[in-house]
Amino acid sequence: MKTREEIFNILKQEFPQDVLEFQNIPTEPIITVNPLAIHRVCLFLRETAGLEFDTLMCLSGVDDANGEKTNDPDGSVTIKGGTLSVYYHLHSMKLDHKVTLRVSTPREDPEAESVESIWKCADWHEREAYDMIGIIFLHHPDLRRILMPYDWDAGYPLRKDYKNPEFYQGMKVPY
Amino acid sequence: MKSLLDQEFTDGNIVIAKTEDLLNWARLSSLWQLGFGLACCAIEMMATSASHYDFDRFGVIPRPSPRQADIIIISGTVTLKMATRIKRLFEQMPEPKYIISMGSCSNCGGPYWQHGYHVLKGIDRVIPVDVYVPGCPPRPEALLEGLLKLQEKVRNESLVKKTL
Repeated sequence: MKTREEIFNILKQEFPQDVLEFQNIPTEPIITVNPLAIHRVCLFLRETAGLEFDTLMCLSGVDDANGEKTNDPDGSVTIKGGTLSVYYHLHSMKLDHKVTLRVSTPREDPEAESVESIWKCADWHEREAYDMIGIIFLHHPDLRRILMPYDWDAGYPLRKDYKNPEFYQGMKVPY
Repeated sequence: MKSLLDQEFTDGNIVIAKTEDLLNWARLSSLWQLGFGLACCAIEMMATSASHYDFDRFGVIPRPSPRQADIIIISGTVTLKMATRIKRLFEQMPEPKYIISMGSCSNCGGPYWQHGYHVLKGIDRVIPVDVYVPGCPPRPEALLEGLLKLQEKVRNESLVKKTL
């Protein structure tokens, strides 16, 4: 069993370029990773003796809404710049330790590498993050919408500046 | 008006009734429902079908196919994705067909009326509703009353005149 600080030090040594930051938040320490290297970091976490993260407990997309906000005349908000993030909660069944990873991608070009090849359960989690937040997971085998209809073209509903469409297939959407 | 079986008969072998009344009585006494549950309201609908409330005593039996169903009870939150399916199921049901909208979600969107990006704000935007049952979710008694209201509607129908 290792503390998160120890895990961060091991990662920093192995990936000095791609493991960016360690935030020692008391409730949940977070390690920030380069979005285009997350698959390499994750494979290392799974395969290395003493780490052995065999379980991806959860993969969540988050709209940080830290860009430049402009208020539109109709009361809605448009956000430019800032980041969209993905959080990975890992657990080792064998060694009973946990770690939280984060990748932050630019809002205008939200691309992160897929970890589907490392933990199969990431398949649907990544599809959900794509469906709701709009993060593109590179090298995902089947990146389609999972909850919204396949022909939904009004954007990603859990973004903070999402705007409801007026109609979907002839059905009025707003109340 | 008393229903057919409640009326007194002087002769045991002959029942005299208007064709309309007979047909309406037959139809309202066996409103087979399309087994269609969507959310928590479906739990109450199933409770209504179970022995304690016994939907079957009103002739309501769940059918697995829209071809054999007379009513569809929209019991729960209707997402935009499901709405297109509901419309198709409704179109597959043979006439005459009826719709009970059960619960706040299918009546008007319910708690999802403002921020429910995926929720249809009332099933009546897609198919014509006969009876709205309010509640979140409605008790089985409320659904039973909704069915009685629908039976009342069927009882007053006419073969030649369209009733509203």
